[in-house]
Amino acid sequence: MLAAAVIVFRESLEAALVIGIVAAATRPISGRGWWIALGALAGVVGSVGVAEVARSIAQLAGGSGQELFSAAVLALAVAMLAWHNIWMASHGRQMAAQAHALGSSVVRGEAALTAIATAVALTVLREGSETVLFLGGIASSAGSTRFTLAAGGALGLVAGAAAGVLIYAGLLRVPVRRLFVVTGWLILLLAAGMAGQCARVLIQADLLPALASPLWDTSKWMPDNSVLGTLLRALMGYQAQPSGTQVLFYLAALVLIFLAMRRAQSRSAHSRSAA
Amino acid sequence: MTMIVVSRTLLSLVLAAGCAPVLADEPEFTLQLREHRFTPSEVKVPAGTKVRLVIENQDGTVEEFDSFALNREKLVFPNSKGVVFIGPLKPGRYEFMGEFNQSTAKGVVVAE
Repeated sequence: MLAAAVIVFRESLEAALVIGIVAAATRPISGRGWWIALGALAGVVGSVGVAEVARSIAQLAGGSGQELFSAAVLALAVAMLAWHNIWMASHGRQMAAQAHALGSSVVRGEAALTAIATAVALTVLREGSETVLFLGGIASSAGSTRFTLAAGGALGLVAGAAAGVLIYAGLLRVPVRRLFVVTGWLILLLAAGMAGQCARVLIQADLLPALASPLWDTSKWMPDNSVLGTLLRALMGYQAQPSGTQVLFYLAALVLIFLAMRRAQSRSAHSRSAA
Repeated sequence: MTMIVVSRTLLSLVLAAGCAPVLADEPEFTLQLREHRFTPSEVKVPAGTKVRLVIENQDGTVEEFDSFALNREKLVFPNSKGVVFIGPLKPGRYEFMGEFNQSTAKGVVVAE
């Protein structure tokens, strides 16, 4: 039962953290709860669908279908999170001022909401489809073990959701003015982590060279399956033994998105001072 | 004269392309998954070169081949194969497992 709980917890953790962080990041935008919920629901429905056809997907592209699909989902999620951050960089300051003045979620931001709803849907879909397959495997096992494993799975899901709630609650205590800076960085790290994962699956399918496997080994100090290691993996893509190309993709995403954010911010500052 | 040279070049290129799959670079190793156990549970692979690992799932449920050390994660469906490329690896031991059945499905890749 514990094994099932740990497996489902790990799968749901990243999705839960993404949801918690984007929920906090879009706090002053009206209606964001609905959009996020819709994204999560779409992700759940999508993950059941993907699990159904997972076997066929896996057989595509000479057996690399699974990796190509994962890579595409990850790349799109990175783009959505980047879009959100860039949008916030151009609108964040005025939003923070408005929210501070009006004291509630009255700001409009459909662009940001579309981006994060999509990012949420994609993350839930990716992690969820694996979970559905795992639970499906349980469903075909014997009677009493089936119940224990299902209970374990439910426990893992609750624990994952709790982590998401915790990070959301924690971020809400940050004053609105600083909130965007903090969530901006968190989302930037999430995006970089996903870019790294994208590289990893492509290396696995021999579509990218590894360059170094691994580039470093920090498993003695922070093993991947430790509590902190698991948390950092979900939050910022930490790995004890990453491939060289993976680190390259991670850094590239970090730098490129950051630069795009800075550019958007300075452009909006210029247009405001010119007006 | 030029026509003969051109057609000979083209012919050798076609033959070379046709030979390519046969002369695949990577060594290949197969793991069989039966009753949630990997056989062999210890695989010796050459270090410093890319290796093709084939996982044959002979069980009735899906398994996830998972390894932190090798940095690989792949779902392998019942009665089918999954291929992952690993390496080039430094000499050492790299543990892997079946994530959905961790108590029994485990093994190690030894690169030397």
